[in-house]
Amino acid sequence: MVSIGIERPGPRLQARGLTKRFPGVVAADKVDLSVAPGEIHALLGENGAGKSTLVRMIYGVLPPDGGQIHWEGRPARIESPRAARRLGIGMVFQHFSLFEAMTVLENVALGIDNPGAMADLARRVSEVSASYGLPLDPRRGVHTLSVGERQRIEIVRSLLQNPKLLIMDEPTSVLTPQEVERLFKTLRQLAREGCSILYISHKLDEIKALCDRATILRGGRVVAECDPSEETKGSLARLMIGADLKTAKRRAETERGPVRLTVEGLDLPAESLHGTALRKVSFNVRAGEIFGIAGVAGNGQKELELALSGERRAKDAGAVRIQGQEAGHLGARARRRLGLGCVPEGRRGHGAVPDMSLVENMILSGYERMNLLSTGFIKKDAARRFAENVVVDFDVRAPGTAISAGSLSGGNLQKLIVGREILQTPGVLIVSQPTWGVDAGAAAAIHRALADLAAKGAAVVIISQDLDELLETTDRLAVIDRGVLSDPMVTAQASIEDIGLMMGGVHGPAPVHDEALGSRRYAV
Amino acid sequence: MSAETAVLVMLTVISAATPLLFAALGELVVEKSGVLNLGVEGMMLAGAVAGFAVTVSTGSAVLGIVCAALAGALMALIFGVLTLTLAANQVATGLALTIFGVGLSALLGAGFVGVPVAPLPKLAVPGLSDLAVIGPLLFAHDALVYLSILATAGIGWFLARTRAGMILRAVGESDESAHSIGYNVIRVRYLAVLFGGAMSGLAGAFLSLSHTPMWAEEMTAGRGWIALALVVFSSWRPGRVLLGAYLFGGVTILQLHAQGAGGLGIPAQVLSMLPYLATIAVLTIIAAGPWRGRLDAPACLGKLFRPPT
Amino acid sequence: MPFRIDRRREMSRGLLYLSPVLAVAMTVLTGFALFAALGQDPLPALYHFGISPLTTLYGVSELLVKAAPLITIAVGLAVGFRANVWNIGAEGQLTFGAIAAGVVALNFWGEEGGWILPLMCLAGVLGGMAYAAVPAFLKTRFGVNEILTSLMLTYVAALLLSALVFGPLKDPAGFNFPQSRMFTDSALLPIILAGTRLHFGAVAALMIAVAVWVLMTFTIVGFQLRVLGQAPAAARYAGFHGKRLIWICLLMSGGLAGLAGTFEIAGPIGQLIPAITPGYGFTAIIVAFLGRLHPLGIVLAGLVMALSYIGGENAQVEVGLPQAATGVFQGLLLFFLLASDFLVRYRVRLARRVTE
Repeated sequence: MVSIGIERPGPRLQARGLTKRFPGVVAADKVDLSVAPGEIHALLGENGAGKSTLVRMIYGVLPPDGGQIHWEGRPARIESPRAARRLGIGMVFQHFSLFEAMTVLENVALGIDNPGAMADLARRVSEVSASYGLPLDPRRGVHTLSVGERQRIEIVRSLLQNPKLLIMDEPTSVLTPQEVERLFKTLRQLAREGCSILYISHKLDEIKALCDRATILRGGRVVAECDPSEETKGSLARLMIGADLKTAKRRAETERGPVRLTVEGLDLPAESLHGTALRKVSFNVRAGEIFGIAGVAGNGQKELELALSGERRAKDAGAVRIQGQEAGHLGARARRRLGLGCVPEGRRGHGAVPDMSLVENMILSGYERMNLLSTGFIKKDAARRFAENVVVDFDVRAPGTAISAGSLSGGNLQKLIVGREILQTPGVLIVSQPTWGVDAGAAAAIHRALADLAAKGAAVVIISQDLDELLETTDRLAVIDRGVLSDPMVTAQASIEDIGLMMGGVHGPAPVHDEALGSRRYAV
Repeated sequence: MSAETAVLVMLTVISAATPLLFAALGELVVEKSGVLNLGVEGMMLAGAVAGFAVTVSTGSAVLGIVCAALAGALMALIFGVLTLTLAANQVATGLALTIFGVGLSALLGAGFVGVPVAPLPKLAVPGLSDLAVIGPLLFAHDALVYLSILATAGIGWFLARTRAGMILRAVGESDESAHSIGYNVIRVRYLAVLFGGAMSGLAGAFLSLSHTPMWAEEMTAGRGWIALALVVFSSWRPGRVLLGAYLFGGVTILQLHAQGAGGLGIPAQVLSMLPYLATIAVLTIIAAGPWRGRLDAPACLGKLFRPPT
Repeated sequence: MPFRIDRRREMSRGLLYLSPVLAVAMTVLTGFALFAALGQDPLPALYHFGISPLTTLYGVSELLVKAAPLITIAVGLAVGFRANVWNIGAEGQLTFGAIAAGVVALNFWGEEGGWILPLMCLAGVLGGMAYAAVPAFLKTRFGVNEILTSLMLTYVAALLLSALVFGPLKDPAGFNFPQSRMFTDSALLPIILAGTRLHFGAVAALMIAVAVWVLMTFTIVGFQLRVLGQAPAAARYAGFHGKRLIWICLLMSGGLAGLAGTFEIAGPIGQLIPAITPGYGFTAIIVAFLGRLHPLGIVLAGLVMALSYIGGENAQVEVGLPQAATGVFQGLLLFFLLASDFLVRYRVRLARRVTE
């Protein structure tokens, strides 16, 4: 989009040489950035490129180590988010800055500096949310809301301050395709009204569709500035990754073996008030097959992962069968003995213990299948050899196996965990969010490893919020929404539109939407 | 039992409940900000000895009470520096604070054991205090009893109705979110911790200046820990802290009267166990009851937070 | 901000072991100031507190007598602390174990036999375990916080002991003093150094520390306990039985506290009296932290804390320092230790002024 008719004065925001160092890494290295009034400006880069660090400095959350920020032509020191808001900068965080146990209204009031009387504020919230198509009930508790609705709180909260610059950090990663369209409408309306938008993403299609200009970051540095509408997806990717984007080939249809994982009528109550209950989840996965679970975050993916891994047990033993054996009533260890492997969504503190060495992290899930014990004592040498194998086979960049797992980067830690599970030759592997926060190189390696494992006859389940990832890697997929799993479909024949509608995502009002959802899901 | 005896019993219940109420209200505010300070017992002892020593030395109970609050806050400051600035484990630091408080108060109070002090004067409300039954029950207490009731209402109002209270709750609910919006999490928690310390100090002062009134080593006898349990019992609601404190005051007085009445053949020590056993029972009922999982514990309670640099 | 503080990617191993030394040094320095403030000449006071107790063989043997229960209890507590199980009621488990062992000793009063002492130990361990089983049951069954329950039970145990020595267990020939009969020889621990009170418990403490070190370092149970403490979700992921591990922690620490109590009444005390412990169960918490939750470190830390006890007594006799100073020193030591731990996890540097 090009704004017309107005001659632009100087840039609204200009950053020069912004630098931020963390122990062992320069997260932002002399970054220059310039955003004009009314412009939708993309900040493009892959995971770990330094996008979030940069905007957190602009919003005053992180103090920069060097460089300057100019606001409307004048040097500005932004020492806190409050100072940023005084200048007219608003921000919508990727990981929302919300308070679950409090109401929408309280959350809004906390995020603005001059809330005035609560009743008055509630009225303003309703007004703003109506005029931008972001329906919100100020009295509801945040914990009752869907992810999409939570994002609206953050947006409305920013809009109430009449921002001149709105920073959006990866806003679409939690939205359905339909919700994304709605969000883009809002953003375009804002830009027309003169608000600048700094839009962070690594999704190339979105940036081409939405943004006027783009600054591309790689490894903490600015590598290019361009007009995305004049670029192709491929050229943007090359700038972002520094190499060609590997458009993953669809895997060749391989011979399907016997059913290795059967889930039938799996019910699981919510663990807490904020949790989701699983209701009658059924699917099965054959040897050699990769099965995907799509859905918007918070619709039962976490619960499904725990129910499959055995961290939560089902009442009904037959609800989960691993290689033909009833396993619903079994715990994680017993299921592993039946040939199950699992890569959980959380790495630090769930799939790995950060303060323990790589060797000790091998023992965590491998001590039985890799035979690392002798009468209760740990065979340290065998464990070290196992760790060394994983490090070599899965290209984990680490200076030895004695270092702590927590000192590895996200990508390397994920390769370590995936490697640990795969080298135990599981018959069934559950993988949750395999490439979240992982750089492109590691992501490709992980996808390849999962494909190889399937080719060798394992059944693989990938739970992911990244629809593109599932479309590239899976043979069949199903959508989970509010704890209910859709009928599976063959990935090659599925349309993004349909999947998007099944993802639903709006739990609150919007009955029209619910009807559409209902007819689609239950008419099959 | 005549009305007068009943009134006297009720008055002792109030007296037993007031220190619990002060300490638990203070800890409630601390925990609402996401901090678990297990050093209540130590801070109470510091307050008890400071209040007593200053009152005896200067003759001014007001000065004594102020110093008791300051002493509690000073102890809390140690806790704050360790856990908030230096990111030490809150459980371990709280225990250290109690051990330290027991030793320090015994050291400072060594010269005051057995020294008499005039109990805090009763502030009778003219006219009303002469009423039968409700007069002495409601309108003839010392200043700290009135203050404890006012504090209950004040804290309830503060948390529910004021912006500062909302910020405090937000910090306890998600320190990360509060920080990214721009609140100074550490400062809010320091203030809460200091307030909690001052309240514990008042609780101690009430013990040594009104309830007993005298100074003895470890005179709190676990009341700081019972106050911690009361916060759980209350589900972090000031009104329920009041209820809990008076219930526990009742249990304490009940067993004292049972002992006085010859103990029904039960050894005095066994009756003295009652408040502690009641605490365990209450904690169990709270944890096992149908309302479990809806306890409204602040989500960040006891979690370590350091702002990124 | 004049300093720049960064979280270290790896804990500093060197500082991990140096920080207790730093903490002891800081405590001594503060002690210096404290003595001065109390109107004592700091140097002699410190000498009588920290050095003169160690100049005689008897003094050293007394140090070991005090260190034995501290080490025995702290080793057990440290296992729990590693696994995030906060048993702070060791004082009560010690008391209850001592009651159980004392009942055995009094029951067989006057009888001879090598089996009496082992039976007392067994009773002491089981008593301590049974007492720790209450918070274990409440925690694993209902999710009740073990900190508060184990602590409340400490008060109950002290009252129980008091009720017993004032009542059924009172020495019939004891002029109505609240204490039991003196145990007979078969119920007393052998003295391992003639002319002192040094008993078998000191050897046992060392053996227990080594055994627990082996358990925590080389076995899968120790590994599971460490994972449970550091990352509970990872323990669940690995399929470790969390409730069983909580039981192990509480039973082990309770049993060891009970054993320590048995050694106290069968060793230095020789009967049941209302106060059988000068707060060993609480001091052991400090010992556990000072020893870095590591059994062998705890042996050293136990010696240091034992010194604070006999040093306190000594300084009281020699220069009239109040007994309560011991508690102050213990608290200060733990404060300084927790404070110096900051350096283990964070790197503090002077901030460079960055200008462009």
